[in-house]
Amino acid sequence: MANNKKVIVPIGPYHPLLEEPEFFELYCDGEEVVDIEWIAGYNHRGIEKLSESKHYDQVTFLVERICGICSTSHPIAYCNAVEDLCGIEIPERAKYIRSIIGELERLHSHLLWVGLAGHFLGYNTVFMWAWKYREGILDMFEMITGNRNHYAMLRIGGVRRDIEDQDIPVLKKTLSEVKDKIKMLTEAVLDDPVLAARLKGIGVLKKEDIKNYGAVGPVARASGIDIDVRKDDPYAAYKIVEWKVITTESGDVFDKAVVRLLECFESIKIIEQCLDAIYRKKGEICKEIREIPEGEGIGRHEAPRGEVFHYVRSDGRTTNPVRHKIRAPSYVNIPTFKSSCIGETISDVCIILAGVDPCYCCTERLAVYDKDKKKKIYSFQDLVKKSIEKTEKIKKEIGKEVKLWKKLL
Amino acid sequence: MIDKIKEKLKDKIKEIKIHNERRIYLTIDKNDLKDAVNVIFNELGARYQIVTGIENFNNFELLYHFSFDKENGTIVSLRTFLEKEKPEIESLTSIIPGISYIEREIWELLGINFVGHPNLKHFLLRDDWKEGVYPLRKGVKTDGK
Repeated sequence: MANNKKVIVPIGPYHPLLEEPEFFELYCDGEEVVDIEWIAGYNHRGIEKLSESKHYDQVTFLVERICGICSTSHPIAYCNAVEDLCGIEIPERAKYIRSIIGELERLHSHLLWVGLAGHFLGYNTVFMWAWKYREGILDMFEMITGNRNHYAMLRIGGVRRDIEDQDIPVLKKTLSEVKDKIKMLTEAVLDDPVLAARLKGIGVLKKEDIKNYGAVGPVARASGIDIDVRKDDPYAAYKIVEWKVITTESGDVFDKAVVRLLECFESIKIIEQCLDAIYRKKGEICKEIREIPEGEGIGRHEAPRGEVFHYVRSDGRTTNPVRHKIRAPSYVNIPTFKSSCIGETISDVCIILAGVDPCYCCTERLAVYDKDKKKKIYSFQDLVKKSIEKTEKIKKEIGKEVKLWKKLL
Repeated sequence: MIDKIKEKLKDKIKEIKIHNERRIYLTIDKNDLKDAVNVIFNELGARYQIVTGIENFNNFELLYHFSFDKENGTIVSLRTFLEKEKPEIESLTSIIPGISYIEREIWELLGINFVGHPNLKHFLLRDDWKEGVYPLRKGVKTDGK
């Protein structure tokens, strides 16, 4: 290919390996990625606008629908924001229950990520293991909340459901079983020479990249920046229980996996302490809030993917927020791809985008991009034609002609 | 924390609202905003969080949220007001590269123009979205009509 031409490899928006509709354009020069463009909006549902027409109590359930994986992160951040606005403290028992739900979610989300990462690398054993052990956590969710996902546990002022005393020994037993399995998985993943060869030293994010893009969560912690809302701006029970922030130094994909896997053990530690704290004790789980005064509040929560930020403004007269700004962690984490992907090869970008696999079936929408910026998108028929031409060329070269391909046209 | 900011920004701060020890709101004139953000982001080392755009009855409001993670987790929000008729403010992409996407989002959803933004095009809405319809403004129905 001439030097002035670059190939765009489009990934998405609807791709068998993507969890959600998102669209990346990789500008490639041979195998090397020279630029990357992120096109979003396929999943834009106008939740901020919708929230302005809902009652404060309804918004808790609305924001739960933002994400299917970390579904309780947004309600926690939203409730924190409204409680900050009103200046109220929630009952202690509710604090523990919030932390239990938040940490169980981190566990299942990190395991889901590890499984998917293994799957994208072609290491399906990791995928099967991680997702199998994740089931135990989902069972615990079902036991506490009645649901495997979208738990609807949060309420402004506390939580909606209590954890029964009779459930706690069962929950602790399940948790210790899950812990052994995660330990085995962690050791297997971290000691695997193939995974180390594949993941170490790729997609490195430096400290200044993290600062420039405002990246949060395990992405920042893998680059040695120890930010964690649970420690820095404690809410729920994170101030009461004992745990530590996991950080690593090199900022590559391997370190991101290490941070996530080790965080699982911290989460288990937090859940165990919280379950002990509420066992055989009674207490209020929700404070009644009659009115939301005029003002503004900011709430945060450390979701599995990083800090979730909610800003709520009330005018004190109506029962719905005047403005509700939501910022999910991916909003600041995804743009770091501009730093981490450029200069890498297509095959590594797959795991750097973590969950985005630029497999070659994408080329059914391959676009050729040339100097005067005119784009040509090949249709399916064009590509079939091109592919047949190529096959015929090869066949001619080896002196045989195959008629079968012609029938496809 | 607040003393440090006061010392650096001095009379650029028009109003200080301390909601509690972890939530501080500072009102800054829109012409001073770039300098103020430079001080907070580069000199004081705060983490950029996000920008909130709000439509009020007679003006537009932008809140630039910054987090001082190691200083008690304080969130400092810089508040600035823009006129209703032609809301315009200088883009901060030269200071914070990551701010580019939220500026695009506020531009398309609220119609606030960011002067000097290198790539001000649709982000969440589709490319052929009707010009002049800003869905997050009050009075615009959620279907965009």
